[in-house]
Amino acid sequence: MSSDDLHYEGEYPIVIEGLTNAFGDYVVHEDLDLKVRRGEILGVVGGSGSGKSVLMRSIIGLQFPREGSIEVFGRDIVAAEPDEVIGVRERWGVLFQGGALFSTLTVAENVQVPLKQFHPELENELLDEISRYKVVMTGLPPEAASKFPSELSGGMKKRAGLARALALDPELLFLDEPTAGLDPIGAAKFDELLRELTDTLGLTVFLITHDLDTLYAICDRVAVLADKKVIACGSIPELLESDHPWIQEYFNGPRARAALDTKERSKSMDKQADTGA
Amino acid sequence: MREWADFSMQEEGGRTTVVVTGPLLVSTIANLDAGLRDIEDPVQFVDISGASPVDTVGAWVIYRFAKAHSAEVLGASEQAEVLLEAVEESASEADIEPDRLPLYMRVPESVGATVFELLGGVRRNLGFMGALIVAFLTTIIHPSRLRGRALVRQMELVGITSLPIIGLMSFLVGIVIAQQGAIQLREFGAEIYTINLTGRIALRELGILMTAIMVAGRSGSAFAAQIGTMKLTEEIDAMRTIGVSPVEALVLPRVLASMLMLPLLGFYAACMAIIGGATISQLQLGIPFLTFLSRIQEVVPTYDLYVGLVKAPVFGLIIALSGCYQGMQVKGNAEEVGLRTTKAVVQAIFMVIVLDAFFAVFFTEIGWG
Repeated sequence: MSSDDLHYEGEYPIVIEGLTNAFGDYVVHEDLDLKVRRGEILGVVGGSGSGKSVLMRSIIGLQFPREGSIEVFGRDIVAAEPDEVIGVRERWGVLFQGGALFSTLTVAENVQVPLKQFHPELENELLDEISRYKVVMTGLPPEAASKFPSELSGGMKKRAGLARALALDPELLFLDEPTAGLDPIGAAKFDELLRELTDTLGLTVFLITHDLDTLYAICDRVAVLADKKVIACGSIPELLESDHPWIQEYFNGPRARAALDTKERSKSMDKQADTGA
Repeated sequence: MREWADFSMQEEGGRTTVVVTGPLLVSTIANLDAGLRDIEDPVQFVDISGASPVDTVGAWVIYRFAKAHSAEVLGASEQAEVLLEAVEESASEADIEPDRLPLYMRVPESVGATVFELLGGVRRNLGFMGALIVAFLTTIIHPSRLRGRALVRQMELVGITSLPIIGLMSFLVGIVIAQQGAIQLREFGAEIYTINLTGRIALRELGILMTAIMVAGRSGSAFAAQIGTMKLTEEIDAMRTIGVSPVEALVLPRVLASMLMLPLLGFYAACMAIIGGATISQLQLGIPFLTFLSRIQEVVPTYDLYVGLVKAPVFGLIIALSGCYQGMQVKGNAEEVGLRTTKAVVQAIFMVIVLDAFFAVFFTEIGWG
């Protein structure tokens, strides 16, 4: 853990300690520790096969770890009985890599599924209204609410998936490569949307990504997964001070520099615009 | 007991203020939402200074109420302000029902669609058959293009793995035929004809028919579901772009495997049925097991075996064709895979039985009665 954890005094919605995950003989995580702070967007990076998705699946209870403890909102997900974690499930939303929308339901009905599941007392009229504004809030055109997932493009599916993940106004949001496969404009808009939603709704976001632009643009901290552990966790400038070869290669590669350039260019353009006005 | 969001009405100088208290969250909003909907009198102000915390659903309910009554929202905290703005920006009146025509148009529309589907289905079926024949001929000209591995694998799946279930089923059917037949034939004192009955019916009809139905249920459905899922995940498209013909790579091995395995399975099923019949004869009728078997040789004409074996590859072709065809027709979503799989099995069994009736008439006409 980076030293500035000592200075942080807020809450940790997710605390992972000594996590070991393995499939047969193949060990994915070994003695992994990670703490996620309230209200931050935590980017999770790592090479392909480094177990980013497995880590996410462990936290949301889809993958049973071999060892270790995972606490979400102070409740141990691993040891708890299934109905004990229902209260926790209500407080998080998950966006899977492919969107994982229910293909026989419309987008609006997809958004209503978690609402109906957890709050059967809500009236249909309110459910309809909620699904309408959630759809627009995630940047979809209003008419998309009546469409079936197979009628949507890849980017729209991701947004619809996000709308469903946000249905319960969760405090914690898990996103698995939300911008993968989106065009740069769409990806940038998605980033913007995410930052905006996080700021407005006070979300804590666990964001798996390969997208360097996303890392630079919206992540407060970045956790690096390598060698079966979180080898570093901190803001990008902090990570750059690390001498771990993978981190150096990752953040000093040509693509990373390009992403950094873009960010600085857009900053200086903002400045120009400000002074110009 | 959770704390629900609540409201009270206050009147002051002819102006009505709705004072909202409690947490404005999705989990606590239901009563407030219903209550606010029932207010019909004009309201000028909504006071939410006593409401906290707030989420977007809470903000939405307040926003909607305030808008409907053109009321002003008072006492919003900084966070509530932000959320109210966010939901206002996202407000939409869009229709969330999928497009549906009125009934008087929907009925003719679906009738028309069915007719077109039928005609198109015939055309596509023919097209599919054509593609299969082309693939078959290409494979004959270039035998190296035959996917031997896939063929053997499918033969294993269609044939070997279904041996236990088909064997057991046929054995039991043999028992039933022999036993029930014996009861009826005993009335005439013709119990010995149980052997003729069991032997002929097993070899001519039941062995192959039961096998075809079982294979349609086991393998026809598997073909449809597997190819259908590959269609959904764009694997079929990927094959095409690489230059691999899906008909050659997927359909042909399945069709050939079914056509090759069905005669073998049918014969095996017939044998198991006869063994079943012989077993029950030994136990109940007093006809020794081996006598039963040697009598079969005398009373069953060889052409009964041919009748069964000629039908088998045709049934195999039909089962594999309808499975693969329905699989290739899948598009859209997971539900479609299920529908198409059902269709493949129903179609295959229906066609098998219809054709079996034709075969029965045909073979009798040519003197193989």
